[in-house]
Amino acid sequence: MKFSKSSLLASVVGTALLSTSAFAAGVHPETGEKLADDQTFTYRVLDEHSSVDPAIVEDVSGSELVRNLFEGLYNQDNLGNLVPGVALSHTVSDDNLTYTFKLRDNAKWSDGKPVTAGDFVYGWQRAADPANASPYAWYMELMSLENAEAIIAGDMEVSKLGVKAIDDHTLEVRLTQPLPYFALMTTHATTFPSPKWAVEAHGAEWIKPGNIVSNGAYKLETHVPQETVSMVRNTNYWDNESTIIDKVEALVMNDENVALTRYLAGETDRTEAPAGQFPRLKKEYPDQAVVFPRLCSYYYTFNVSDSGPEEFKDVRVRKALAYAIDRRVITDAVIQGGQFPAYTFTPAVTAGFEVPKVDFADWSQAERDAKAMELLAAAGYTKDNPLEFDMVYNTSEAHKKIAIAMTQMWKQKLGVKVNMNNMEWKTFLNERGNQNFELARGAWCGDYNEASTFLDLMDSGSGYNDGKFNNAEVDKLLADAKSSTQPQANYTRIEEIMAAEMPVIPIYHYTNTFMMNAQLKNWPIKNAEQNWYAKNLYKVAK
Amino acid sequence: MLSYILRRVAIAIPTLLLLIIISFLLMHAAPGGPFTSERPLPPAVLANIEAKYGLNNPIYVQIINYIGGIITEFDFGPSFKYKDRSVNDIIAHGFPVTLTYGFLSFAVAVIVGGALGIAAALKQNSWLDYFAVGVSIGAQVLPNFVMAPILVLVFTLWLGWLPGGGWNDGQWNHLILPVIALSTSYMASVARLTRSSMLEVLHTNFIRTAMAKGLPYKVIIFKHALKPTLLPVMSYLGPAFVSMITGSVIIDMYFSTGGIGQFYVNSALNRDYAVMMGITILIGGLTILFNLIVDILYAWVDPKIRY
Repeated sequence: MKFSKSSLLASVVGTALLSTSAFAAGVHPETGEKLADDQTFTYRVLDEHSSVDPAIVEDVSGSELVRNLFEGLYNQDNLGNLVPGVALSHTVSDDNLTYTFKLRDNAKWSDGKPVTAGDFVYGWQRAADPANASPYAWYMELMSLENAEAIIAGDMEVSKLGVKAIDDHTLEVRLTQPLPYFALMTTHATTFPSPKWAVEAHGAEWIKPGNIVSNGAYKLETHVPQETVSMVRNTNYWDNESTIIDKVEALVMNDENVALTRYLAGETDRTEAPAGQFPRLKKEYPDQAVVFPRLCSYYYTFNVSDSGPEEFKDVRVRKALAYAIDRRVITDAVIQGGQFPAYTFTPAVTAGFEVPKVDFADWSQAERDAKAMELLAAAGYTKDNPLEFDMVYNTSEAHKKIAIAMTQMWKQKLGVKVNMNNMEWKTFLNERGNQNFELARGAWCGDYNEASTFLDLMDSGSGYNDGKFNNAEVDKLLADAKSSTQPQANYTRIEEIMAAEMPVIPIYHYTNTFMMNAQLKNWPIKNAEQNWYAKNLYKVAK
Repeated sequence: MLSYILRRVAIAIPTLLLLIIISFLLMHAAPGGPFTSERPLPPAVLANIEAKYGLNNPIYVQIINYIGGIITEFDFGPSFKYKDRSVNDIIAHGFPVTLTYGFLSFAVAVIVGGALGIAAALKQNSWLDYFAVGVSIGAQVLPNFVMAPILVLVFTLWLGWLPGGGWNDGQWNHLILPVIALSTSYMASVARLTRSSMLEVLHTNFIRTAMAKGLPYKVIIFKHALKPTLLPVMSYLGPAFVSMITGSVIIDMYFSTGGIGQFYVNSALNRDYAVMMGITILIGGLTILFNLIVDILYAWVDPKIRY
């Protein structure tokens, strides 16, 4: 997780070796595998992307496109470690507030112009500029950039943002507080550079094919809304020599079953396995069905705010409900996608996160059930005076199945009566965000690969803390972790407090279940954030 | 007739206006907004976005600005979700797509459905009748969201004859599956309506008289029976035509055609106000237009109707 100089240096050397090695046609330069003649990578996306403008993009499918079209200061390797992008290296001042990035001098835009530090300054200013109203403007604040907050609020000129081009190849960034994982944040699409001349020439239309100028390994060729986006090799890209995939195509398919059929018909190289079908697919296509952990948590949150029910203010009730859920049944019998039963909020796959010893994780389910019955009885609920509450989830077949399984477990083991409700997504968010619920479904995916991206939700001041859990010790541990170089102990302690207080019921940690063409190689399955770069992929011959 | 048409057009304008205002209000009354998300935006960021799109104005100002934009610049506003595109872009790209597959589906439904219905009525209680009724009931009970994945399974995966989706500028092989999936249930309705209407007409006095007079069978059917048969069918076809050419969310979803049908549903779910308004106005306008056309056609088909 921590950014290390030596690994960076190793990757610089590695990249240099790669680009100078003889690139024999038709053979992979490192592995010697015979390459397929057609190096087109086609993948399915669930929905049309929001934008391919790095300063504006907010969704996953848009970020995937941006990551292939543009290149930021750093990229991630297959494990999620930093490797040089436009930046070769950086230095940090003694007070940890000033970062100086050294940029490579051979990086070029797709129109041949050099990529300069000024392009990053312009890109970051665009992201923060209130006139652009980027939904990801807050990322500039999250990075603790100097004056970002005032600029976004419209109280300061955008030129005062804490980022400066010392010369064409030196970028200086000033922070308001030390941020140990700052360098990691520069792999995010919002921090990618923008070509000022193209933006000024075409205005809002600059991201359309024909107008767009980009500095990544690919350039945008066509975009047919709601159907396809295709990208082709950017011959001006500095590492074009070692890029193998020639063309990348994203096909929009809203329905996962049709997407699977079209995958099986050979129309795409990658699609998601529909819920519940993974075991069958794994059996029929063992070389194509892949599963790996994902940086996301599925949970239910108690409303412990003033508007929440009295029952949930009793920690014994919260614990009893959390204990009585047999997570194995949910992962293995209900959703069947290889998910991991969760006893902590933060997924085990999170970089640097050591899963703390949480007592109920080690018990058998029978022990958990016994404890749950004991706790609920102690809280004063019996067969004649059963616990009753409402639970709500957003409308979806999968959520419904899980909710039914949970309520059945509660009913059978504890005699609890639950009224299930489902709501359409935006209504659900509105109600949950305003604490108009008793027990609500939640899911969270990490914005970056560090435990604080999950645990920050437990901060009493967090806008994402829907249950309004409020614990002074957690707040302090989180605040201290921000500037600590060894925050792991804090994270462990927070998880212990959560296990003791049970503000949320962790259910499972997500997996990605893909169907992937067996010819497609080097997919970063060990990169928990799934930040993939088509330039690192290749297809071998059959 | 002309004054009737002018009167109908004059009524259409306030109707559309009312449609716009009511939809606008209903949409804003729905909980959540276009920028409600799992990660609530910080207030300053949200304020900037709302200022950019004019969502910080009182609702009556928003309505006036919106209608003003349409009248003065024919500008239906931006999409809040697909930030690279405006509503005009979305409709300009999506409507020709739905128009193409919708029109073809309409033609298939009318020609095949009409032929089946007439044939069934003329040979009532024969094997042809049972076949036609069987086909139309089968087509009716097989909704297109069942039909679509089955078609893809059979023609794309098993037989490998046709692409499973995409539009490819409306290339013929991309059209076949969407048109079959969209037209079948309409075809079934047309067939059943035509059959029952034809049967009714065949039992009327004027047909009996024509038979008694010894007119040739063809003349009776095509000259005298067909027109009155079409009356109930036509009142069904007007709205059916509009709903076909304005697309189907099922077709767009399953075949990734890029039509406006899915935008209509998704924009409502996403609270993408301008997109939803734009498509509502388009569908509303077309519905009014085609109801008028059907009414005019009535007068042509049935001499008893006078405006």
